[in-house]
Amino acid sequence: MTVLMYGVLLVCVALFVVVVVLRAIRFARMPIHLRWELYPIPHEEPHRVKHGGSYFEEADWWTKPRRRNLLGELRAMAPEILFMRGLWEFNRALWVRSYSFHFGLYLLIGTVTLVLLTAILDILHPGLLAGSLGRGLHWLYTVTGLSGLLLAVIGAGALLIRRLTAEDLKGYTTPGDIFNLCAFIVALGCLLAGYLLRGPESVTAVGFARGVLTFDTSVRLPGLLAVGVILSALLVAYIPCTHMAHFIGKYFTYHSVRWNDQPNTPGGRLERKIAEYLTYRPTWAAPHVGADGAKTWGEVAATIPKRKSK
Amino acid sequence: MSERLTLGDMAREERKPLIHLENADLMPLPPPLDDPAKDHNWAPLSAQVTEKYECFLDDTCAVNVPQPKTTEEERALVGQFLSGLDKLFTWENNWAFLEPLVLTMEHCARCQTCSPACHVYEASGKNELYRPTYRSEIMRRLYFKFAKHGGLLSAWQHGDIRLNWPLVARLIELCYRCNLCRRCAQTCPIGADNGLVVHELRKVFSMEMGIAPRELHDRGSMLQLEVGSSTGMNSLVVKDNIEFIDEDITERTGIKVETPWDVEGADVLLIHNAGEILAWPENPGAFAIILTAAGIRWTLSSELAGYDSINYGLWYDDAQFVRVAIKHAEAARKLKVKKIVLGECGHAHKALSVVADRVLGGDLNIPRESAMTLLRDIVVSGRLRLDPSRNDFPVTLHDPCNLVRLMGVVEPQREILRRICPRFREMEPHGVDNYCCGGGSGFAIMSGNNFPDWRFHVSGRKKLQQILTVFADCLEPETPKYVCAPCSNCKGQIRDLLAYYGLWERHRILYGGLAELIVNAMLDAKPGFIEWEWR
Repeated sequence: MTVLMYGVLLVCVALFVVVVVLRAIRFARMPIHLRWELYPIPHEEPHRVKHGGSYFEEADWWTKPRRRNLLGELRAMAPEILFMRGLWEFNRALWVRSYSFHFGLYLLIGTVTLVLLTAILDILHPGLLAGSLGRGLHWLYTVTGLSGLLLAVIGAGALLIRRLTAEDLKGYTTPGDIFNLCAFIVALGCLLAGYLLRGPESVTAVGFARGVLTFDTSVRLPGLLAVGVILSALLVAYIPCTHMAHFIGKYFTYHSVRWNDQPNTPGGRLERKIAEYLTYRPTWAAPHVGADGAKTWGEVAATIPKRKSK
Repeated sequence: MSERLTLGDMAREERKPLIHLENADLMPLPPPLDDPAKDHNWAPLSAQVTEKYECFLDDTCAVNVPQPKTTEEERALVGQFLSGLDKLFTWENNWAFLEPLVLTMEHCARCQTCSPACHVYEASGKNELYRPTYRSEIMRRLYFKFAKHGGLLSAWQHGDIRLNWPLVARLIELCYRCNLCRRCAQTCPIGADNGLVVHELRKVFSMEMGIAPRELHDRGSMLQLEVGSSTGMNSLVVKDNIEFIDEDITERTGIKVETPWDVEGADVLLIHNAGEILAWPENPGAFAIILTAAGIRWTLSSELAGYDSINYGLWYDDAQFVRVAIKHAEAARKLKVKKIVLGECGHAHKALSVVADRVLGGDLNIPRESAMTLLRDIVVSGRLRLDPSRNDFPVTLHDPCNLVRLMGVVEPQREILRRICPRFREMEPHGVDNYCCGGGSGFAIMSGNNFPDWRFHVSGRKKLQQILTVFADCLEPETPKYVCAPCSNCKGQIRDLLAYYGLWERHRILYGGLAELIVNAMLDAKPGFIEWEWR
């Protein structure tokens, strides 16, 4: 049973990593698109960020050095990532539910990281965690883990209720959406209940992590907790296969589209790539486009279309 | 209709509109337009139109798609749509927008955060049909089902949709109920973009099916590529008109003006929206006065499309878009000018400066600049003697979406107004958070059937509310008021809105450009450049 659990856990984590990487590569390798930015852009000069201005506000902007305001970008990203500022600003009612859910997940990610690091420390320096350091870490990951589970389950429940009851969401909710939220409630709920109901002799979180890292098959988890671990692992593998992978997509929607104001400079990389795309052969069928599958985009662009004779 | 509209309703077979709006359903307006009973009645679509065209989305019809005569024709049209949908997700056909589109398709959480940001949705009284995610969700489901060839599992995860000709026909119309202002995209926590979805759908209809509003295609980009301007003016006619404007402006201001044409090596190639030349000649006239007085070496071009900055392809067709952009750049290259300056036209700014930027390579990559920036530098430099007291009347500024939210030119026009208009006041919200005038993405020039009724009652309603609110303390007719709209399309929409609701006649609210206010304040010009007459 333990072997099976370890196997599921490791395969699911590996699947998560592979799918996330593949998804990211897929977007990173997409062709450079035409500019489609949206202001304000936070990496603009600080005096322009305030009002959402761009370098186009400056006369002869192409002769001036461009300074990327990384601090400005961080100032916009940090509250968005940590506190979901966009949702707070534009959809407060949803923020309460969504932030509870997401913050719960953040705490869980932190907990897993902390537990794994503690286990590694325990493997490398046996006995080091016997004292106050071990007790402190135990206290810390217990608090973050339990509150993370609680917040995530409550948040997912609140989101589910809203999806099922709010008039503006019901018509857009698919069975998949309901399943996704239920999956969180069930998997994390089992984990929470399993942890709270475990016996005093049950292995600790660090003990379990050490077991996974060393593939120690003598470790035993209570039934409900084991079910929680397996369901959570399956959930981890499932997430990147759905639109819940927006933590990957969001990087690209912001950095590659919304904030991408990079101008085309003579002889630059953009110019070379676009020159390549202009050799593609479109097949759009409307007569005015004149794309017969043989003409390139460059040739189509250089053609003046003829009107259909009546 | 009391029943809530569902996504599946788009595929309803019967040729009946899905919704009907009454004035009382709409977002309330402030005084003096606060009584819906006194509002105009909408002209109904004629029986001739509804019998001939696919007009069964709502109360109006923008595109006039002929009704197929047989089931086979319907099937063929659906087939064309599917073929276009496939192409939208291929590198060779749509490299230009593939990444943003796929990101939007695959990551929207359907949280509806974007809905309150949409002026059309809000003004319609929050009608489901106009919710920004309504059409996007249909597109998303079509994407997963047909472009990604999703089966039952995909339908379970992403939702199913029935595809038939009524759905396609309604989708064509629904794509022309969005101004592409992208205010919704600005609020999306994930970065999904419903405006982009509309843009891409319009491309399928135009580039694959050959379907687009006549005003944008036949009389728009096609005419521009044929004769040089969507106004129909060829280079001889435009020169004639400018000569007349020069004479008129010289007489009105007492400053001798002679617009230079085709000057090789000029510092500035100025490209106006040619609509200005016909509808608001005082705007190109004011530019001529300002640039001449400031000692700028400037020119207009008489090359094909070189005297008309419009680029309607931006809204519906990549091929037409890039063709016109290249014509603009070629005109500048031929004259060996140092830079192109775009006159008061928002979409022309975004088209040539932003969206076309990456396709204008090599010797076509001629620097482009906004007239707002150039005018700001002239005003701030002190090269003109300006007397703000000549503009001592309430002035507000409309922010064209293309110039502001989509290009980041926010402050230059304000710096000018703060210097020359002592009673300048901002609408709320403004700048990058502004509301569209309701004429964006081509609506300002679309006047078929009863579409203007929809444009005034629904898409322009939020702007109307803003204008009335900003002038609420001075609505009396004794105080002339000025809505500064530095964009031809916005100006056209605001003109039509003000006329429709009698706001010039009853409350003396006028509209106009930015250059006119500068000339009105010029001490070297005769007073009274702004004539306070309705145009």
